[in-house]
Amino acid sequence: MVRGRNQALAEHKPKLDTFPKYLLLNAERFGDLPAMRHKSFGIWQSWSWKDQLEEVRAFSIGLETLGVKHGERVAVVGANRPRLYWTIAALQCLGAVPVPVYADAVAEELAYVLDHAGVKLAVVQDQEQVDKLLSFSEKIPNLGMIIYDETRGLGDYDHSRLVSFTDVQESGRKSMAADSSAAQQWEDTILAASGDDISIMLYTSGTTGRSKGVVIGAAASVEAACDTANFDHLTERDSVLAYLPLAWVGDHYLNYAQGYVSGFCVNCPEGPETVTQDLKEIGPTFYFAPPRVFEGLLTMVTIRMEDAGRVKKWLFDRFIAVARKHGEAILEGRPVPLSGRIAYALGRVFVYGPLKNVLGLSKVRVAYTAGEAIGEDLFSFFRSLGINLKQLYGQTEAFLYVTCQKDGAVRADAVGPAAPNVDLRISADGEVQFRSPGMFKGYYLEDAKTAEAMTEDGYVKTGDAGFFDKDGQLRIIDRAKDVGRLNSGALFSPKYVENVLKFFPNIKEVVAFGDNRDFCAVFINIDLQAVGNWAERNNISYASYQELAGHPLVYEIIAGHVDDTNRKLCKEPMMAGAQVKRFLILHKELDADDGELTRTQKVRRSYIAERYGELIEALYDGSTDKYVETEVTYEDGRKGKIHATVRIADATVYDVAPEAMQEAAE
Amino acid sequence: MNMQPDASQFTGARDDGIAKGEVLLDVRNVSLAFGGVKAITDVSFDILKGEIRAIIGPNGAGKTSMLNVINGFYTPQEGTITYRGVPRRAMRTTDAARQGVARTFQNIALFKGMSTLDNIMTGRITLQKRNLFWQALWKGPAEREEIQHRRAVEEIVDFLEIEHIRKTPVGRLPYGLQKRVELGRALAAEPSLLLLDEPMAGMNLEEKEDMSRFILDVNHQFGTTIALIEHDMGVVMDISDRIVVLDYGRKIGDGKPDEVAKNQDVIDAYLGVPHDE
Repeated sequence: MVRGRNQALAEHKPKLDTFPKYLLLNAERFGDLPAMRHKSFGIWQSWSWKDQLEEVRAFSIGLETLGVKHGERVAVVGANRPRLYWTIAALQCLGAVPVPVYADAVAEELAYVLDHAGVKLAVVQDQEQVDKLLSFSEKIPNLGMIIYDETRGLGDYDHSRLVSFTDVQESGRKSMAADSSAAQQWEDTILAASGDDISIMLYTSGTTGRSKGVVIGAAASVEAACDTANFDHLTERDSVLAYLPLAWVGDHYLNYAQGYVSGFCVNCPEGPETVTQDLKEIGPTFYFAPPRVFEGLLTMVTIRMEDAGRVKKWLFDRFIAVARKHGEAILEGRPVPLSGRIAYALGRVFVYGPLKNVLGLSKVRVAYTAGEAIGEDLFSFFRSLGINLKQLYGQTEAFLYVTCQKDGAVRADAVGPAAPNVDLRISADGEVQFRSPGMFKGYYLEDAKTAEAMTEDGYVKTGDAGFFDKDGQLRIIDRAKDVGRLNSGALFSPKYVENVLKFFPNIKEVVAFGDNRDFCAVFINIDLQAVGNWAERNNISYASYQELAGHPLVYEIIAGHVDDTNRKLCKEPMMAGAQVKRFLILHKELDADDGELTRTQKVRRSYIAERYGELIEALYDGSTDKYVETEVTYEDGRKGKIHATVRIADATVYDVAPEAMQEAAE
Repeated sequence: MNMQPDASQFTGARDDGIAKGEVLLDVRNVSLAFGGVKAITDVSFDILKGEIRAIIGPNGAGKTSMLNVINGFYTPQEGTITYRGVPRRAMRTTDAARQGVARTFQNIALFKGMSTLDNIMTGRITLQKRNLFWQALWKGPAEREEIQHRRAVEEIVDFLEIEHIRKTPVGRLPYGLQKRVELGRALAAEPSLLLLDEPMAGMNLEEKEDMSRFILDVNHQFGTTIALIEHDMGVVMDISDRIVVLDYGRKIGDGKPDEVAKNQDVIDAYLGVPHDE
């Protein structure tokens, strides 16, 4: 087996610098191993690398007959479906540029990206996306045909601009049947392709304004993917569940790029609501999730255990305590007393094993989290169960990886040393900068912004403030431009304060204010699942988020959390000045549809400051409540207004703890 | 290799030999009484193949009784019912089910302890060909048949977008989803006439919108004829092709939504103008 693969590798004389070249190679070396799975009508369907090559080839040649040419941009919109992954490969085979777009983007955002990228053609998942594109078609003058995957509901549509995925594949198969050299020519095109071609254009989620098209080169993306696949020893025996947005660099890199170079199997869930069940059925070996997913899992486990019987609850508490004590040490191979090992082994039988099985994490060999800071407790909970959870730090501009933690050298408060072949440095003013193999070519059509994002000597500015810890791991403090100062001169990092608060399960989102102000004050979003469950257990009835958020007892709970936060902050001399003096619970959940969050669920600070200006003033002018009206956008694009009287509460601020003072003095 | 399941025979609605637009069910001079209480008095109307026919009226107007007459639960004392061109008088509900009449109930009547899948599977019972002997023997024909039925159920699950609750016991589901499962069970029989008794009762706006969408899709995609009772006038006016209005067991209006909306008797019945009798 291994020898055969090596031979195949050796025979492939052209340099492996594009993903389509890997597609040909994998069909040869991994022929019958699964490349893709998708659950359809309740049964997992699988496609081997050979099948995958056939599917991609038919679609690719079909696209050729539709007139898709080298260098042309084509939009890909939808959830994680095999056909959309094949579309990306099929386009790359022709040298065309796939432009994946977030499937939940509202029609206007979608139209902006498609117009900016100048796409000629769009491949979309279903009727919903077709409707969005058609409703804005006059704003996307270049867009010609729309190819759709799922036919449901599209039967009556005018098909002058619409064609189904299968029809395109069929036309590809027909041209192969008509011309026996077509398939060979297609393969020749792939082998002749250059690593300088553009592999993909990924639009940033737009944390700081309009999204930008990040252009990634073919050879660069292959090189980066090979580096990290080797780093984590990924092979064709691994499998992943592809559930993250298709248009996000994380999904494209971790699942598509790493999948092609290492040959592992990409499993597509049935739909967004079935991910947890699909995860359990597939049991991936490589897993990535942002901290909020792990948080959601832990919240779910905690809630279920609250409702469990007494014996189960006792077992759970008992063995989780054992895991907390010894789990991480065992995972990292550090010395543990025999009694600890025995207790942990029992725990594995009674608690950890079944729990991991329920969560679908039984087979996980490598798991990563990134995107936000992760709470120490949360992080070590999963690690103590024996899950090799690590952190990485990355960016679209780097084609993901900038840093990643090595097995056995993992901490919650740092993101690891530079990833393989990444050149990392901290600038004089504290900004993290890097040069990496997967580094972007530039922003599409925005040379000025590209120049802004680079240093003169060719490093990419991340815009994050950070520093290297004693052991060489990078620690990220905050976005560089967000780090400010209170009027007292004390350092104020909004994200730092927000993260301490967000580690409470009852708090979902926090926005902190304080730069150029007298003190720090925060907006809080409660977690509807956690607080709702508490309300249910305490017979508190509520009809909506708004009602629950304004409940006096909820205010009491959150006040307790704010107090704990201040007690924690006062122990850190650097951050003690930024204790929360006043807070309010927002009357609505922050939502990407209203522009308050990015599509990757990050807070858009400046926009929120503008939108809720009145509330911010109320935080600082001493008033105890404030009446506000807020415009909201519903999922279908209609707008409405909600109004509420928001209560503002005060919190106790502590003096800097003496031991902290002492430490600072020493 | 890629194992595609056998394409199923699921069509959504059975072929009843009636062309679209022709009379599928004809109710002629039907009267129904329970002892001295007259529930329905001399009502006549028809349901055309492929249409969505609403039956509306104030509380106690006889709507549910009418539905029960149509699916054979009640036998009217007077009048005739002609279904698929064949007149009938007394019959059992199982006969109606075999002839392709399926229904949902005002108060959800699912098997609470069973999963969504199993509940919908029960809707296929009248379509099962193998008898108890084969079912008990299991291996062979019965198993093959069940796989076919299961595939059909999966298509309904896909159609109604309830993949995530496939294996959840329905008793644990929120009300709106239970209603959807019940619709799924009715659809599993591949009915030619689908009776919906207040499919949107107790739902919030979003759930109502979803349910309306599903009803329209069923009608559109499978060509299923639908008779529905509903109190939400907005929904009724939007989705039905024709409406029958009952009041105190009598028919007081019949026609397209805009005609019915203009009918003075209907307006009076809804606004509560006192009756002469």
